[in-house]
Amino acid sequence: MKTMKWMSAALAAGATMLLAASLAQAADKLVISNWDGYMPKDLPEKFKAETGIELEVAVHATNEEIMGKVVASKGEGYDVLFVSSPFAEALSKLGIAAKLDHGKIPNIANLYPEAAQLTHDPGNSFSIPYAWGTTGLCYRSDVVKAAPTSWNDLLKPADDIKGKTTMLSTDRWLMAAGELALGMSVNEIDPAKLEQVKALLIEAKKTLLAYDDTTFYSKLVSGEASLVQAWDGWCNYGIAEKPEIKYVIPKEGSDLWVDTMVLVEGSKNKDAAYKFLDYILKADTGKWVVENIMYKTPNKAGMEAIDKSMLEKYPNMAIAPADLLKYEQLRDLGDGMKVFSKVVTEITSAK
Amino acid sequence: MRKAYLVLVYVFLYTPIAVLMVLSFNKAGLPTAWTGFSTEWYGRLLESPKIIAAARNSLIVAMASTFIATAIGTLLALGVERRKASSGLDALLFMPMIIPDIVLAIALLSFFTLVKFSLGLHSIILAHVVFNIAFVCAVVRARLKSFDWSLTEASRDLGATAFATFRHVTFPLIWPAVVAAALLAFTLSIDEFIIAYFTAGAGQGSTTLPMQIYAMIRFGVTPEINAMATIILLMSFILVLLAQRFNRGSMPGT
Amino acid sequence: MLPGLLWLGILMVVPCAIILVTAFYERGTYGGVDWSVFTFANFARAGEWLYLSIFLDSARIAGLAAFFALLIGYPAAYAISKAAPERQTALLFLAMLPFWTNYLIRTYAWIVLLNPSGLANNFLQWLGLIHSPLPILYNEFAVILGLVYNYVPFVILAIYSALQRLDPSYAEASRDLGATAATTFWRITLPLTAPGVAAGAVFVFVLSIGNFVTPDLLGGGKLQMVGNLIYDQFLTARDWPFGSALSVILIAIMLLLLFAQAVAANRARGEGKSHA
Repeated sequence: MKTMKWMSAALAAGATMLLAASLAQAADKLVISNWDGYMPKDLPEKFKAETGIELEVAVHATNEEIMGKVVASKGEGYDVLFVSSPFAEALSKLGIAAKLDHGKIPNIANLYPEAAQLTHDPGNSFSIPYAWGTTGLCYRSDVVKAAPTSWNDLLKPADDIKGKTTMLSTDRWLMAAGELALGMSVNEIDPAKLEQVKALLIEAKKTLLAYDDTTFYSKLVSGEASLVQAWDGWCNYGIAEKPEIKYVIPKEGSDLWVDTMVLVEGSKNKDAAYKFLDYILKADTGKWVVENIMYKTPNKAGMEAIDKSMLEKYPNMAIAPADLLKYEQLRDLGDGMKVFSKVVTEITSAK
Repeated sequence: MRKAYLVLVYVFLYTPIAVLMVLSFNKAGLPTAWTGFSTEWYGRLLESPKIIAAARNSLIVAMASTFIATAIGTLLALGVERRKASSGLDALLFMPMIIPDIVLAIALLSFFTLVKFSLGLHSIILAHVVFNIAFVCAVVRARLKSFDWSLTEASRDLGATAFATFRHVTFPLIWPAVVAAALLAFTLSIDEFIIAYFTAGAGQGSTTLPMQIYAMIRFGVTPEINAMATIILLMSFILVLLAQRFNRGSMPGT
Repeated sequence: MLPGLLWLGILMVVPCAIILVTAFYERGTYGGVDWSVFTFANFARAGEWLYLSIFLDSARIAGLAAFFALLIGYPAAYAISKAAPERQTALLFLAMLPFWTNYLIRTYAWIVLLNPSGLANNFLQWLGLIHSPLPILYNEFAVILGLVYNYVPFVILAIYSALQRLDPSYAEASRDLGATAATTFWRITLPLTAPGVAAGAVFVFVLSIGNFVTPDLLGGGKLQMVGNLIYDQFLTARDWPFGSALSVILIAIMLLLLFAQAVAANRARGEGKSHA
């Protein structure tokens, strides 16, 4: 009967597709995972032209995702990962990030001396910094009545900006705004102190428009929001669309965030991976990062090669590395994570 | 009256779609502010092999998992409905629907890692079949609850084999439910992200469209992504029209 | 029946058993599982009011979503089943088509529609119905709307497949015996399609309660549902044991609901048959 033939054909088709899909497995390649658009688009071709190594770029949307995948599979299939510093730290402690042999990465000399003094990994023994920056307040200077100077301008907003503020939704930065406002460490795990932060942030939630990690700058551009918590590089995206947008680091301080590259311990292509790390540390990649994704890079050679007009248009790029190091870095919280996570749940579920 | 209501419902279903189609022609890259008409995003899309490859992968995964899950799920439903109600069996069949997908995702990845099973598009297909079986089974079982088993008994009494009974009696009667179930499974699979992300192989070769889009939303949904959604929609629409003309007379309800 | 059971057995029961068993152990300092300590602490913690209230809230929202999805979907399925036979499949496909685009993209489209300067507000103001934008985004209303929107087609499918083979002679007989259209619907059609309705309601409820994208985007991250909670525990807090404990409890509650639904469906069927 016709439908029976259909069904068996369907099953056969399904099985063949399954087979075909599995046979279409990639051969020997260098596999890296990065955020989308975080690396020059033509890097794989140029890399292959120079070293002959085939590069496959997988994408991840958040640190947490790639961490979940890598922790569950011990990094199977990946050679190099781009993750933020607290996660690189965790990967190292879990034995998934390999110890780096600097001898194989001569271009590491391109980094600022300060880049070797990062608290999560002094000496860059298991991670190489790729981009860094601060987290602060991004706002419409033409809309807000008074320019913000403190984290409390976001957490206890003036009447004209009530309901027009956003905060970052990633737990560490969400809490950091409160912690910095109260003069605490961004790596605080004392339950009593966290309770204070919680109270402050639950109050702040009442006047908050939304927690937003991705579209906060476009909310500024469209006028939906007037003052947002933002990473400096992202504020630049807003500034590019609307020059009235400005970035400021509140007087209580900021955190120094660092996006890094780690080599997976279980990688079967370590030599190729080293060549990749070395290639990334070239001056022109650093220059690309600044000019295309508007982030600062710890690559000294790269920063010095950029178009100087960028520094005028995006003032937050001009901050000196020595000044960056004044800010505390987010570290993995270890066992303190449970308490921290509970407080965050209390805040996000508060009515 | 019925028609008017249906039209209203379709308006509800398609309004956001209309919005995203319009936005795909937005000049600037912003997801929320209209700045002028432009087709550059469609051009950019065609130059982006990653997106096209991801779309192709999604289709492969969705079709394969739908075929397999529909076949297995239908047989499962038949087997289950014929016997006495068993709460244990019901619970088992219900589980894939209620297990939070992050749990299933991590569970499968851990399992695959443990048994050293290779990852790739095929592992995603296997994973998708797991939850699709449950949905297919549920839809077909709902149909089978009002099924007249005396028809199959009669067929057997008259000497037909089990297989022939299935082919000529049971299957034609439950065919619409099976199609509905397959449609459901396909829809669930083509848009599924978490399980696909975790059970995929490490490289680009097993990236599906939802995975690609999730990674691209760093800046919100750009017109480029909307352009892709519009193209997918138009292609699906054309497919449906073609299928409709082609299959007139052999589809459910006819 | 065997291939189905084998598949589920190997690819669901075993992997899930591995993960769910971690609920009895402790979180490793940097994530992962510390297998050295057997404990019930995770379950105790999962029973705390903070988490229970999130469960209850999620159930309420998922329930509302299921209710509205049924309200909208049932008449639509009915209309499709009464349409010209050769059109029915096309109508079904058309209902599913929007959902072959991407969940994220559709949700962002709703954000465009619902925000204060968005189309919905502009339209209502143009109609003169309101004078300043309604707060219809980044709150519970938006989340329920988003959930209903995304799951109505599943309801339509489930109910359509139940309606499709309904013997029209039952309804005819009812009308011949003098019952109004309403009575016919409530006493004959609805009970006989109860399994489809139950399946649809369960789909929406189950898919809604585990959803984390919609509360995140349409709720502006200000609403915590069980889906977000479990996702956060597994990925953000890297606390698999606690995430597993929460999942075990969620699954247990859902199984209880399943039994309640099965009982209700059986009773409805019994009623329908005895009156037909």
